[in-house]
Amino acid sequence: MEGSFVINNQKRTFKFKSGDTLLTVLRNNDHTEVKEGGREGLCGACLVLLNGVLVNSCQVLAVSATGKNITTVKGIGTIHTPHLIQKAFVQAGAVQCGFCTPGMILATYDLLEKIPDPTEQEIKKHLDGNLCRCTGYVKIIKAVKLSSILLKENEEKGKK
Amino acid sequence: MESVGKNIDKVDSLALSTGRAKFTDDFPLTNPLHCKILYSPYPHAEIIDIDTSRAETINGVVDILHYKNTPSKLHTTAGQGYPEPSPYDTVLFDNKVRFTGDRVALVAAEDEDTAIQAVNEIDVQYRIVESIFDPEHSMDINSPKLHDSTRHVVIPTEYDPELNMAAAVDISIGNVEKGFIESDFITEQTYSSHFASHCAIELHSVKVYFDSSGRYVVLSSTQVPFHARRIIGKVLNIPIKSIRVIKPRIGGGFGGKQEVFLEPLAVLVAKRNKRSVRLVLTRKEVFISSRTRHPMRIKIKTGVKKESFINSFEINALMNTGAYGSHALTVLSNTGSKILPLFNKINNIKFTGRSVYTNLPIGGAYRGYGATQGYFAFCQHLDILSRKMNDDILKVFKSFHIKEGETSPVFEALGEGKEGVSQYIKSCKLSKCIDLGAREIHWYEKRNKKIKVGKTKVKGVGVSISMQGSGIPKVDMGSASMKMNEDGSFNLFVGATDLGTGSDTILSQIAAEVLDISTDNIIILSSDTDLTPFDVGAYASSTTYISGNAVKKCALKIKEQILKAGKEMLSGVLCSVENGKVIAQEGKTSVSFEEIAYYTLYSANQFQIQASASHFALESPPPFIAQFAEVDVDIHTGKIHLVKFVSAVDCGKAINPNLAEGQIEGAVVNGLSYALCEKYIFDENGKMKNPSFKNYKIFSTLDIPEIKTIIVDSEEETGPFGAKSIGEIAINGPMPSIANAVYDAVGVRIFNSPITAEKIFNKMKEKK
Repeated sequence: MEGSFVINNQKRTFKFKSGDTLLTVLRNNDHTEVKEGGREGLCGACLVLLNGVLVNSCQVLAVSATGKNITTVKGIGTIHTPHLIQKAFVQAGAVQCGFCTPGMILATYDLLEKIPDPTEQEIKKHLDGNLCRCTGYVKIIKAVKLSSILLKENEEKGKK
Repeated sequence: MESVGKNIDKVDSLALSTGRAKFTDDFPLTNPLHCKILYSPYPHAEIIDIDTSRAETINGVVDILHYKNTPSKLHTTAGQGYPEPSPYDTVLFDNKVRFTGDRVALVAAEDEDTAIQAVNEIDVQYRIVESIFDPEHSMDINSPKLHDSTRHVVIPTEYDPELNMAAAVDISIGNVEKGFIESDFITEQTYSSHFASHCAIELHSVKVYFDSSGRYVVLSSTQVPFHARRIIGKVLNIPIKSIRVIKPRIGGGFGGKQEVFLEPLAVLVAKRNKRSVRLVLTRKEVFISSRTRHPMRIKIKTGVKKESFINSFEINALMNTGAYGSHALTVLSNTGSKILPLFNKINNIKFTGRSVYTNLPIGGAYRGYGATQGYFAFCQHLDILSRKMNDDILKVFKSFHIKEGETSPVFEALGEGKEGVSQYIKSCKLSKCIDLGAREIHWYEKRNKKIKVGKTKVKGVGVSISMQGSGIPKVDMGSASMKMNEDGSFNLFVGATDLGTGSDTILSQIAAEVLDISTDNIIILSSDTDLTPFDVGAYASSTTYISGNAVKKCALKIKEQILKAGKEMLSGVLCSVENGKVIAQEGKTSVSFEEIAYYTLYSANQFQIQASASHFALESPPPFIAQFAEVDVDIHTGKIHLVKFVSAVDCGKAINPNLAEGQIEGAVVNGLSYALCEKYIFDENGKMKNPSFKNYKIFSTLDIPEIKTIIVDSEEETGPFGAKSIGEIAINGPMPSIANAVYDAVGVRIFNSPITAEKIFNKMKEKK
């Protein structure tokens, strides 16, 4: 079958099988920034925003996502124009192997949209579905706090 | 322009944060074959016959591999240096299966679904034979044997497949028996640690394609690209020159990806079909068929003299290596060689260790590598002894741990599967680590105080200390090469393998420090067997120390060439390198690196400023750590609330403190998770019943306590700019520290890990 998606603000049309997950379709079509950690819906490596809602793309049938807006980590920012959250992850030393990072950054983006100034417990709760085996989460939590600060500073600068 | 000691951003972190950096499975292949493996449903069986005819009729099935049509070269998958210290007990596919999860066949098909379908259509006739699951009985005369006498070792070491014995380690210093007789009291205790999975979030992945001249290009999530190339070549009888192994970004390893067990399969499919190949495991396959932390049963017997403390120390270790002997010898010997030298003032020492086969999942390298299992026993035992002596354990640790200028006979007696290398400790700030850690956890305010927390909880604190190594002395080698570009930047090529640890960054910092330039003028390329010089790879906490020394040597050679060219340009007598320039001291004139590069490449007597260097380590300076746990234990349920965990570590000079901290924090949380909740649950057939993150729980953000990390700088004179290692050590402390803290709180000891509420509850009930 065939279906169209709006991925990072670009309309794309792909051929896929009816049972394919959104993760499979994205990865088969160059969106390898969406990682696969086991297709169990338990590690958060394949997170994307689907019409603004954070989902594990391995648990979503591609056919149910047609016509919808999908944001991957590349839609948040790129190497040439990184988002402040991405810069914060770099600065905080929150990236080790980096395999969980795209999912972590999307979860952070989603959290800060909802709660711009989260408490440590709110950060932990929101990132609970994202597994990381390298960092022990310490610097990831630090990166989320730093992201919140950087975004606030940026907003204030914008106001001036 | 200091680079070393600075928190330089990890060089690949922006590429990773923006999803641009590629992992093995992110590289596109043209029309690849997809592989799926058939695993044994039985723990121990002979394969009478295998019939693939039904599977072959499925549209899209291209090839099926099994014992009848594949090379039967004995090898080890351990991914170690050559000749490997692990027994040669493995073939690609055998006519016998030895654990539930052993590989039986592989299907290569046009797509993944077809491969899965075909795997289920293979008919295998098994003759089930008796299994052995209890390592305590593996070596019994009447126990079923896993391997026959064709299995062998390639280094001179004890190995007896007819006794299910995969390895043996025996050392004795002084006379323990005499020591026990002369002691005032004897303490004997058994400690057992459990299976664990590495749980790298990236699944084990291999991709193979042919380059324009028909050579095999192997992309792999490997910790050991050079060993992988060698093993592929040997097992499949393919010349090394026809194989190129590349490690792209890798999503965590922790020892699990040292194992070379998939690459030969993928290359064999490519060889037979002249097609590109994709082989990526599922999470379930990683749990049931890849490698685990070796469970270990350790008996410690100590004789203590009241005036001089431990007089006689005996360890008897039984390691369960599972169905194959990957790292069977060296993990076991590491238990002795990483623990025994720490208390170097004991005169009588004996270590007896056996690694035995069982029909259970295969053990392998896992961060900590035997030291983790050993320190669970050692640090609990020391807690018991200190309490018996009415001594403060911190004082005991500080009095008896090895100090600068001291040695231990164990260094020489026990090495990596063979005799070791004598060495004197040149840097050790362990006593300071203990003091700073104790202050951070408020040790004296909490220890033995049984402070009540709320209505039902009691607070306890526990401590552990440990040491690791920095590479394997007189075995490991790393190398580097460099060349200069027109703008005064440098390409740095290293065989070293960055697993996410940050080695690409710290190796760049070391080169930058030597040349007195900023780190962003170093462009690093690592882990490509065609382009980078040899390195053993990422294991044994070796990269900073061994590869780092190679980079330092290489950069010094470059500096010499730059100085010579600069001197020529300046007609100077005395010149020095400073901040990206060569400066003539008498005239205060200077030329920039850029000018030197243009001069050497285009102006006169042209040549490329370039160099290479290797480092072969003669010793392995240990890093040291003191780790403290604070727990609140519920006296009604045994539930542990982890409050705080402190690590104070001497890793020499931290090249990049932020990255070093990250290594400690990651190892700590892995260790806490192992101590409290990770567990393999087996059914009666030795089949893992919980091969999923749903039922094999690892720590997430909500599980972590307050984590505090203190880096205590020391100067290791043999290390690059004073550095030792940091990758493994911090995983040793969580389990013994928690066990000791639980005792401090509620007075019960958990000798069998993991440390669960149920066990604490039952012990508390027994005590009443």
